[in-house]
Amino acid sequence: MEARRRKRHRAEVRFRAYGLAAVGFALLVLVLLLGTIVRDGAGAFWQYEVVLDIDFAPEVLGLGQDPAEAELGRGDFSRLVKEAVRKEFPEVKGRRDRRALRKLVSPGAVFELRDRLLADPALLGQTVSLRLPLDDQAQLFFKGFISAAVPEDARKLSDTQLGWLETLQERGQIVSGFNTRFLTGGDSREPELAGIWGAAVGSLLTLAVTLVLSFPIGVAAAVYLEEFSSRTRFTDFIEVNINNLAAVPSIVFGLLGLAVFLNFFGMPRSAPLVGGLVLSLMTLPTVIIASRSALAAVPPSIREAALGVGASPLQVVVHHVLPLALPGILTGTIIGMARALGETAPLLMIGMVAFIVDIPDGVTSPSTVLPVQIYLWADSPERAFVEKTSGAILVLLGFLVLMNLAAVLLRNRFESRW
Amino acid sequence: MSGQGDSTVDNAQGGPDQQLPKVSARKLSVFYGDKQALFDVDLDIYANQVTALIGPSGCGKSTFLRCVNRMNDVIENCRTQGKVMLEGTDVEDPSIDPVQLRARVGMVFQRPNPFPKSIYDNVAYGPRIHGLAATKAELDEIVHVSLERAGLLDEVKDRMEEPGTGLSGGQQQRLCIARAIAVSPEVILMDEPCSALDPIATARIEELIDELRADYTIVIVTHSMQQAARVSQRTAFFHLGIVIEVDDTSRIFTNPQNQKTQDYITGRFG
Repeated sequence: MEARRRKRHRAEVRFRAYGLAAVGFALLVLVLLLGTIVRDGAGAFWQYEVVLDIDFAPEVLGLGQDPAEAELGRGDFSRLVKEAVRKEFPEVKGRRDRRALRKLVSPGAVFELRDRLLADPALLGQTVSLRLPLDDQAQLFFKGFISAAVPEDARKLSDTQLGWLETLQERGQIVSGFNTRFLTGGDSREPELAGIWGAAVGSLLTLAVTLVLSFPIGVAAAVYLEEFSSRTRFTDFIEVNINNLAAVPSIVFGLLGLAVFLNFFGMPRSAPLVGGLVLSLMTLPTVIIASRSALAAVPPSIREAALGVGASPLQVVVHHVLPLALPGILTGTIIGMARALGETAPLLMIGMVAFIVDIPDGVTSPSTVLPVQIYLWADSPERAFVEKTSGAILVLLGFLVLMNLAAVLLRNRFESRW
Repeated sequence: MSGQGDSTVDNAQGGPDQQLPKVSARKLSVFYGDKQALFDVDLDIYANQVTALIGPSGCGKSTFLRCVNRMNDVIENCRTQGKVMLEGTDVEDPSIDPVQLRARVGMVFQRPNPFPKSIYDNVAYGPRIHGLAATKAELDEIVHVSLERAGLLDEVKDRMEEPGTGLSGGQQQRLCIARAIAVSPEVILMDEPCSALDPIATARIEELIDELRADYTIVIVTHSMQQAARVSQRTAFFHLGIVIEVDDTSRIFTNPQNQKTQDYITGRFG
């Protein structure tokens, strides 16, 4: 008796240890994964800028003495940057050296100066101290990715350039801060200017189309199959096919989208409308299956009570069953949406792999989505895109966490006890 | 009033409104798939009376009850033959809308099943969907009267907005009764309404049934012969899908005509 009790006790302890080990292992992997991404991507949210005195002299800009406002945009702003940089290091002579000096500032600075003058024409003729983005290589240096110890021909910044950067830093002209460009800008060839906002808007538009299509159709189909249709061989056939569709690889839906929506219907390529259509086909089985489970979980006594009071079958469903099934339906829908947010393969097939710099302004304008943006940046050769890729992954994960949080909150809000 | 067919013995003499039974079944048979649950049932239910249906488990009492308000329509594989008539009109007649029928014939179930809404909304739901109240004031009136009739108003008048599911078992069942009478039915069907309740709550509901029979026709299925004896004026004894005997309650319990009835009442089986 005693020996059996001890053996059982040991078995229980062992079992619990296995469970803890499994959980511990999963947590470890999760921490490693997230930790790596955070370590690689945190830098994307931080930027280094240089403070320069910019003289908005009309002669330098190549404009007349008193130019009209419409003319301002056509000034030579790159000369402004050159002059400002040369003022910092007047001893630098020779074209090659001057070009090397100029390259320390991002090409995007030119456009930012132009935007500033257009926004405030009174700046013309004034000298203002402005923060301008550094070139991606310079930023990598300050973030510690480029080291002077590496031989000169193995890095993209020469020793002289490093020297200039260090001098600027000693003079206190290098400032760092939160990288808002990453979150508000569109894609760019220049890593220091590249942002995820274009892809984020594309994702939002695509998901909006997906939601608008898959939610009503999915819930209506589930209600019909669960509440109104009788069990015939035809409905069994439909049910089997819905379950199968839920398991089809997503790229097949992309091929379908390419063949039907783009080739047959001639819809605009790379548009969130087509992306949303493809993803809603993919999400529909998930929504239907989740909704059916939620509807089936409503106790029959509620339906009987409603029928007994003289409610029609439609009233029973709409007034009683659907409100009770809503938490489950919403959870299933949001989980389906979260899966759609991370889908890349089907969207590649319909052309959302393009290099889009503008923020899309509608469901028919060309756009890309976050996972595709990550894929494109992962493919880019510039060293600075490495942290951008991880940063974008963090943003995507952030959206997913938000969506799952929304699922939990919505579910709690609509839960009613019966 | 002798019944048709030799399987039913109906000896009732008394009862008001005897000329036209409120609900009557003629040769009613019900099949669940291949299994037959009721065999050629003939039964008359008279207005403003409580008729009790007694019998052992699985004898078809609830099936019969559900035929009267066509609740069996929602069960797949359920077929009926024969007729059930409400005031002379076949309930399966195409001119009768089952939804309207269920407003005239209400039902109270074995386990209390209030809607997961407020107490007020539970009672107001029926009148709302049938358009019985033109204004909020009228709806309030209907709800108050129904709750009062069901003997629940005093206990809930201060918490009408609280969920109906928060009440005790007996209160929930009274709420279900209030919900049923809010649509002003003519007949109330009760399927073992007290079987999930304690004796005190049961006594209250039996009192309520006695008060309600002045305005409604009540058919109650019960497992308890004592309850049938207390509450009903007429009793029908079902066995294996057949109505063995129908009679005034006092007579069926003191002087049953059929041997099976005698055996059931004395507890030899069931």
